[in-house]
Amino acid sequence: MRLKRMLGLLCAASISVLLAGNVSAQDKTVKIGGIYPLSGNAASAGTHSKAAIETAVEIINNAHPELGNLPLAKNAGLAGLGGAKVDVVFADNQGSPAVGQNQALRLITEEKVVALTGAYQSGITLTTSAIAEKYGIPYVAGESVASSLTERGFKWFFRVTPVASDFARIYLDFLKDMKAGGAKVDNIALVHENTEYGTSVASVITGVFKDNGLSIGLDIAYSANTTDVQSQVLQLKDKQPDVVIMVSYTSDAILFAKTMQALDYKPALMMADNSGFSDPSLIKTAGKLVQGIFNRSSFSIGPPGSPTFLINEMYKKRSGDDLDDTAARTMQGFFVLCDAIDRAGSTEPAKIQAALKATDLKPDQLIMGYKGVKFDEKGQNTLASGLVIQLQDGEHYVPVWPKEKAVTAPVLPYKGW
Amino acid sequence: MSSILVQVIVGGLLLGAVYALFSSGLTLIWGMMNIVNFAHGDFVMLGMYAAFAVWTLFGVGPFVGAPVAALVLATLGVIVYFGLIRSVMKGPMLAQILGTFGLALLLRYSAFWGFGANFLTLPGDLVGGTFDVLGIRIQASRLLAGVVALLVTLGLHLLLTRTSLGSKMLAVAEDSTAAQLMGIRPDTMQAIAWAIAAAATGIAGALIATFFYIAPTVGETLGIVAFVTVSLGGFGSVPGALVAGLLIGVIESVSAYEIGAVYKDIVVYSLFLCFLWFRPQGLMGKM
Repeated sequence: MRLKRMLGLLCAASISVLLAGNVSAQDKTVKIGGIYPLSGNAASAGTHSKAAIETAVEIINNAHPELGNLPLAKNAGLAGLGGAKVDVVFADNQGSPAVGQNQALRLITEEKVVALTGAYQSGITLTTSAIAEKYGIPYVAGESVASSLTERGFKWFFRVTPVASDFARIYLDFLKDMKAGGAKVDNIALVHENTEYGTSVASVITGVFKDNGLSIGLDIAYSANTTDVQSQVLQLKDKQPDVVIMVSYTSDAILFAKTMQALDYKPALMMADNSGFSDPSLIKTAGKLVQGIFNRSSFSIGPPGSPTFLINEMYKKRSGDDLDDTAARTMQGFFVLCDAIDRAGSTEPAKIQAALKATDLKPDQLIMGYKGVKFDEKGQNTLASGLVIQLQDGEHYVPVWPKEKAVTAPVLPYKGW
Repeated sequence: MSSILVQVIVGGLLLGAVYALFSSGLTLIWGMMNIVNFAHGDFVMLGMYAAFAVWTLFGVGPFVGAPVAALVLATLGVIVYFGLIRSVMKGPMLAQILGTFGLALLLRYSAFWGFGANFLTLPGDLVGGTFDVLGIRIQASRLLAGVVALLVTLGLHLLLTRTSLGSKMLAVAEDSTAAQLMGIRPDTMQAIAWAIAAAATGIAGALIATFFYIAPTVGETLGIVAFVTVSLGGFGSVPGALVAGLLIGVIESVSAYEIGAVYKDIVVYSLFLCFLWFRPQGLMGKM
């Protein structure tokens, strides 16, 4: 009994300390909610996103004049709010749209965040942003690419990343270029996971290719947390497509890499749609099995001393890995959100929303290789763009297309292991 | 039959053997003390990390990794028995279910904290790579897992049916008070059962780690199949789990190849439910 009472007292004491802390810090910090998969199958990607946002917070809250024109870097805190510090409350979506939704609700109603960012998986961005829309809280998505997200007529949703249709066009032009160079690209197989992300990206790619004279001959859908992909690889081996395009998360991408080697299957040209095949933990564990795979990206670390190089160094200290495209897009999304809050000069949702609508960032103010950031009426960044990269040595992706952005020429055929 | 279809079936059998190996510890615990161990998948996950640690520290494969994992897990099994199971067994059924479920979450999130969220893998050629038999490709690591699954099944079966230790364990499972009157200590027997079952999961983990990825959530991914395998085979029947595992592996592979990967679970689970309709005790279980 006595123990119980003491525990109760302790709890009460710690709660009041927490509350007191909140009150005194309230006018000096801007609370933002970040919803990411910190556990579950996509936890590897989620923790990298979290490290990216924490790096951004470090840059914003401290003076970093060495980072050039990057907004919010020069001075400590948000100048527009009298030097207020940014504080991110992270929530774990556990890889589930329902959990994500509950977390969004909790962040808005209990943590009183002024804006949300997230949620890596498109299927979870779908549900979390619906809650933000309902409560009139600005939501900035840095990395989710499913086209449907900006087709819902939402007023509080803004997306910085290029979307599936932009990438489909990049793939199309790239493959046509490869064809002009003598590669066979007539028979294309599309292998995709079956949640919002894989399904919508696959349907956009299929549509864009069809309208432009390339057709998808084989469409293989599978569940991302599958235990085995032997049958899928054997389907490919049976049909022998010229090109295989993979739309995968990390765990399934690792299984595909290992199974393709075990069953001795390699197509002449293999492409991946970011995500799983961009995850640093895939490159570490299975990169040597997928040498020569093409991928999309909008980020490059840049020459030593450049702002992106310095940011990568800061990020590396935190996460142990180089900044990959996905985590970099997360970070860019967060910078765009904080820049808007800074310009709004207020934490009032409507003012942040207005500032987001007025966003007009130039290429030299970004860490990504976008042509800028400017939102259309749907909340989509119209200046987002990307390029094709290749994992030539199994360890580092290098830009290979288009020519003006390429560091080296694309190498064919696909090498594998 | 086309050679690709043969490859699909061989792949399914090897996958099924892994499911069987994965499930053996789960079915043993049920047979011994009527407890469903929801932390089973996470035990296997720890076995995988143990094998990975052995490889990182000493550069040796599963021939050392599996015994080490078995030892680590057996210890954990005994700790779990005395620390948790012995008390929750006295409580209502729900306490038993939630007790092991809580343990599962504890292990999983401890793994996140201790090992991080990154995926790990062992090198693909740790167990002799892949070889060709009449044009069919067989991964040595999966074959080894399959052979060990057979051996573990056989070993557990012999232990339970042919040894005095097995008879004592079964006696406790049958009627613990009567067993006590005959001079058998139920606590000791059940602790031994946990140690053996956990050791089997450790071996399973160490072998699965040679061809699967290692991550804190891997027990969750593989865990569902284990429960289906055990209930199809008949709760408590070790040979039943083997047959069920092979069956599920082949059905999954063939349906994924012939109909499509997204439909394989529909095929497997609807066949499973139909089967339970006619034979709720499973293939080799007792009513």
